[in-house]
Amino acid sequence: MSQTLTEKILSRAAGKAVSPADVTEINVDIAAFHDLTGYHVIEVMEKAGMLKVFDKGKIVIAFDHLAPPPDVRSAEIQDQIRHFVKNLSIPNFHDINVGILHQILLEKYANPGYVIVAADSHTTTSGAVGAFAQGLGASDVAAAVITGKTWVVVPEPFKITLEGKPNKWINGKDVALKILGDFKADYFNGMSIEVFVKEPSAFPMDFRATVSNMGIEMNADALMFIPDSETVNYIKTMRGYEPQLVQPDSGAKYKDEYTIDLSKLEPLVAAPHSVDNVKAVGEVEGLEVDQVYIGSCTNGRLSDFEMAAKIMKGKRVKTRCIAIPASYDLFRKAMEAGYIDTLVQAGCVVTYGTCGPCLGGHFGVAGPGEVMVSTSSRNFKGRMGSPDSKVYLAGPAVAAATAVEGKITDPRRFS
Amino acid sequence: MIVEGKVLKFGDKIDTDIIIPARHLKYTDPQYLAQHAMEPLDPEFYKKASQGVILVAGKVFGMGSSREQAAIALKAAGVRAVIAESFARIFFRNAINNGLPVIILPDATKKINQDDYIKVNVETGEIVVNQNVVLKGKGITGMPLEILKSGGILSFLKSAKTTN
Repeated sequence: MSQTLTEKILSRAAGKAVSPADVTEINVDIAAFHDLTGYHVIEVMEKAGMLKVFDKGKIVIAFDHLAPPPDVRSAEIQDQIRHFVKNLSIPNFHDINVGILHQILLEKYANPGYVIVAADSHTTTSGAVGAFAQGLGASDVAAAVITGKTWVVVPEPFKITLEGKPNKWINGKDVALKILGDFKADYFNGMSIEVFVKEPSAFPMDFRATVSNMGIEMNADALMFIPDSETVNYIKTMRGYEPQLVQPDSGAKYKDEYTIDLSKLEPLVAAPHSVDNVKAVGEVEGLEVDQVYIGSCTNGRLSDFEMAAKIMKGKRVKTRCIAIPASYDLFRKAMEAGYIDTLVQAGCVVTYGTCGPCLGGHFGVAGPGEVMVSTSSRNFKGRMGSPDSKVYLAGPAVAAATAVEGKITDPRRFS
Repeated sequence: MIVEGKVLKFGDKIDTDIIIPARHLKYTDPQYLAQHAMEPLDPEFYKKASQGVILVAGKVFGMGSSREQAAIALKAAGVRAVIAESFARIFFRNAINNGLPVIILPDATKKINQDDYIKVNVETGEIVVNQNVVLKGKGITGMPLEILKSGGILSFLKSAKTTN
């Protein structure tokens, strides 16, 4: 029988053919956590009296939410996890100098067809290379770390096709916001989204990662790009080997389908306090902004910095602007390309791969009454600091244009 | 498994940053978390819930983060069950894993009012409102029910370990 990508991956992981709505135990290929959820995962393992891991090589740990530690408690949390790593000899541990977990999974570990679970909702990011990747709570991840297994309700697959080529300032964020605006935040509950790109090179890995990252904002169980030539190029460039492609069978059945013509997209924003409160940038243009944030696991990649640098070249920002590449590897590449220099010259605060402001953690928390434009994933009330602040989500071009003008600005004004 | 209590009602899309803001995530102590539950929306929530309440809400309750503290905070604050029109997947699992019953009831916010007194059969999904109206929600069955009955995933794991 013809299978979708979802069915194909989960059937392999379950060791039997599965269909939507089946409840099944599955083997995981990678179980991961970061500092902020990691101490909780370890605490559950300790309380259960099972401080062991199913396969050392399949555990990935990265410090990102509290990196470097902004206070004593954060330092204590990281110290506890370093001990865990040492005691159990976990090889795939990334301390404060590597980057954000989801970006590291993408750069170093995720493969087409993998099942990945991690104690963070944005685990969906690894769907960019065609992995069935889900965020889970600390207890579920603890169980997966101990046993190598978890359970799923097989989601109903939904097909999205991307056709055409995006215009100059359009980015993965605009595609994610387009889907959220059209379907709203609850439509994909219990579904997985499989994205087919008609012209693979027109929608590169950076853009795919942003869309997969926001799969959780659509409440999808997973958002996977069908592996294609772009996937092969990316993994080969990053890791030196060609991955095996896992693809849906022709004739696989989907619950429904939807097509986006990339050439018709315009820059979008999500207004406070909901990710699906989507508007064309023109509808909110002119609104004065206190701070702009370019970065996070959603939009902290090289092409994001490239777009921001093109807009900021030779100019000075009129808002506070914080820019954080999602990993050290990306930081280095952005530096070599001159983007970091351009942003620093423009007056941005640029720092290394950390989650910082995205979750109202550190490095730029919003004060009461402040208006933020952020390339991160969520604009929930109080997400980036004070519950009385307002966050507008946007892609890097809108964010950079806004920083330069001091108010929300359509990047298409910059040729 | 029957739970009962007075209704505290909320709207759609109650997200995890509302249920427990990120600045509180460096701790897992239930009493600490309880005091900050729903803080951005209602700093008095802890007091209102302390007598034991049932939350009734609209769509995708618990959307957003994987933070398990969201379920821990609500339960410790005095929430005996959450009835919502739909739940975010991760929150639903976290709630079950922490022994907090979660029942899906379409149109919950239209059929149940603030301050109603309701009795919920967690297994059948039957909800009795003010001792007379009976509504049919989606009950919890299978492994999630076993986890819930054990009091959460930890007790469940421990009992599984002892029986082996």
